[in-house]
Amino acid sequence: MSSATDTPSDAIAGDGIVRAADGTPLKRSLARALRREKLRSFLLIAPLLAFVVISFLLPIADMLFRSVENNIVQDTIPETVQTLASWDADSGELPDERVFAALYQDLQIAVEKRIHTRLGSRLNYEKSGMSGLFRKTGRDVRRTEAVAPYKEWFIAIDEDWGDIEVWAVIKRYSPPYTPGYFLNAVDAELTAEGAAMKPENERIYLTLFWRTLVMSLMITLSCLLLGYPIGYLLSHLPARSANLLMILVLLPFWTSLLVRTSAWKVLLQQQGVINDFLVWINLIDDAGRLVMINNQTGTIIAMTHILLPFMILPLYSVMQTISPSYVRAAKSLGASDWTAFWRVYFPQTVPGIGAGAILVFILAIGYYITPELVGGTSGIFISNRIAFHISTSLNWGLAAALGTILLLLVLALFYVYDRIVGIDNVKLG
Amino acid sequence: MKLKTLLMATAAAGVLASPAFAEGDMSLAEAPCENCADELTVVSWGGAYQTSQIKAYSEPYAEATGVTFVWDESSAEAVAKLRAMSEAGNVTWDVVDVVASDAIRLCDEGLAIEIDGATELAPAPDGTSADDDFGVLRVNECFVPQIVYSTTFGYRTDVAEWNGAVPDDICDIFDLEAFPGKRSLQRRPIDNMEWATYCNGTPKDEIYDVLSTDEGIAAALAKLDTIKDEVVWWTAGAETPQLLADGEVVMGSTFNGRLFSAIAEQDQPIAMMWDMQSFDLDGWIIPEGLDEARLNRAKHFLKFATDTQRLADQAKYISYGPARASSAPLVGTHAELGIDMAPHMPTDPANASNVHNYDYTWWADNRDDIDAKFQAWLVQ
Repeated sequence: MSSATDTPSDAIAGDGIVRAADGTPLKRSLARALRREKLRSFLLIAPLLAFVVISFLLPIADMLFRSVENNIVQDTIPETVQTLASWDADSGELPDERVFAALYQDLQIAVEKRIHTRLGSRLNYEKSGMSGLFRKTGRDVRRTEAVAPYKEWFIAIDEDWGDIEVWAVIKRYSPPYTPGYFLNAVDAELTAEGAAMKPENERIYLTLFWRTLVMSLMITLSCLLLGYPIGYLLSHLPARSANLLMILVLLPFWTSLLVRTSAWKVLLQQQGVINDFLVWINLIDDAGRLVMINNQTGTIIAMTHILLPFMILPLYSVMQTISPSYVRAAKSLGASDWTAFWRVYFPQTVPGIGAGAILVFILAIGYYITPELVGGTSGIFISNRIAFHISTSLNWGLAAALGTILLLLVLALFYVYDRIVGIDNVKLG
Repeated sequence: MKLKTLLMATAAAGVLASPAFAEGDMSLAEAPCENCADELTVVSWGGAYQTSQIKAYSEPYAEATGVTFVWDESSAEAVAKLRAMSEAGNVTWDVVDVVASDAIRLCDEGLAIEIDGATELAPAPDGTSADDDFGVLRVNECFVPQIVYSTTFGYRTDVAEWNGAVPDDICDIFDLEAFPGKRSLQRRPIDNMEWATYCNGTPKDEIYDVLSTDEGIAAALAKLDTIKDEVVWWTAGAETPQLLADGEVVMGSTFNGRLFSAIAEQDQPIAMMWDMQSFDLDGWIIPEGLDEARLNRAKHFLKFATDTQRLADQAKYISYGPARASSAPLVGTHAELGIDMAPHMPTDPANASNVHNYDYTWWADNRDDIDAKFQAWLVQ
């Protein structure tokens, strides 16, 4: 102890600079040690950082980019796009011979590379029949030699080439970036006059976004109502019974999602266990069996059950840290049971409610397997349409736009939550 | 019309003719394969269907060549996954089982290679070229058809409210008076729109002309609207047999093989209604972008697995009709149940008196638009 207070005088050289044992100025040596420490801690988190960047940030960036990217038209038929630039779609006349000649030239190359049909499927998202038009034209370009005038030659292959709307669509979607996917994602479309809402019988996405939000909130709320008493019970029971109860909470958590969803089918369907029981106790008659599945009710029940542990666990871990003496103190000061709970106990559980609600809500908003299986038509989410466009229609641009909007919605709600409750007021334990 | 005539002819031949040549001709599997990989990744649908392929194709082939098979049950997402693999430049599948409409998409997107019917597929035993043997079922150069299946209806045989009547006409689906009860239909416009248009009184060969107009689409949706409240929509083929077996629905559409197993293997009180069954095809494609050794192996396997005998062998395990005309006479009895398979084939003349031929190219052009309208209608 004493030597530590004695030594400083030895470390100070004639120039008044504090030096380390090896003679370097202490300041520099300290900075170096600090740098090394920082580097070490950075290297420790580097694998995780790289993982997050590669598996999370880059895919999200790629998805954001896909929702506006539209290089395919320019890359497949570059000459056509260039010559088409001077054509006015409102003129009421077809593009001139130069454009058709350029199209023939472009298609010869594209057919050779077998990419013309890809452009066809891209444009088919905007106008029905484009994929067939390109497939058919490609076949003829490969098999026969075109003869000028090209305009007549193309129209002879398929009269759609004489349709001004076909050319207007090509021109409208020729820039490398397009707002088209985003417009589609909010039930609008790009027309000659700019963006406009789609006809009533094709609108679907706004309804689905709204439904996804409302139903996710309902699921979150029902998880909270069911989970709060269980969390309370868990944290107040003696350890042995609490452990047993905990296993009961976790058991469904460990069971396959599909098994649980199918189990709900067996329970909820009209010829299912619950309806059979209700008929048996004469609460309802055989003709009046309840419809509890393949609709919103089914989705809410099944998803509440599946997501319940995500609400209970944070609630439980927060409630466990609340000392029982607070409530006791409140009661000894004359508070009724309800006042003690509402004014003293409940406010302390808010961080747990916040954490659980955010977890459940965010998981619910992106769910699609359960709604697909038990949702029927009124209980499906926007994520079901995203999955459809990813795997069936292959319209990845639209899927990306829908995904981006969903992401922005979640961020907006997160912001609102931060303003109302405060994001630092969230505790997982 | 052409497709139907051909199918009827092959099926008729199946009833009349007797097995023409010996089983177990393995010359194609034993044929030398130069610069070929020793492993083959095959993608299929899983379940009973994949089992029938393993029994009929891969087990004999593995025995003859020693090739190791890796099976992947991803056919339902094959198109999306192949596109992702191709974008990543790492195609891990060698042979992929897809339905005809997906094969058209894959070919359009340049994700499947073209297969030459004259050199890369086996001719029929009588020397008919593979392309002629498959006929119109070979919907494009990338696709080698395997089986004909159909989407058709099953109904419960014990519905009291029907007073002994049974549905034998597709339009009974829309008749809630005579046949009350819930129905299950596939949650997609394909087939449903055609059936609705047909039951609106449109002749069969004009269905697609009518559906090409906005009024036609509106009329079909209006027809479906009449039963909308009574419909349970399915997405997986196993749902309808389950719904029928539990009594949740009284009639429902699904793939004929699924109904066959519910009726013949599980003895459920269900019967088939074949009227206006919708024929569809399933077959192989080879992805674009394989290296030479894997490509050679894939082609070698495909030539063997799609020859006349192999296609007929598959029908022993599942009630789907072989896609080659020359295979039909060889279809025998079920491998385990011992029942004659021919009457359970969608192509059997008794079942195929009134069929609907689903137009792949028309749907390739119109699916995006009609799907948007159909889904919007569903959600309303």
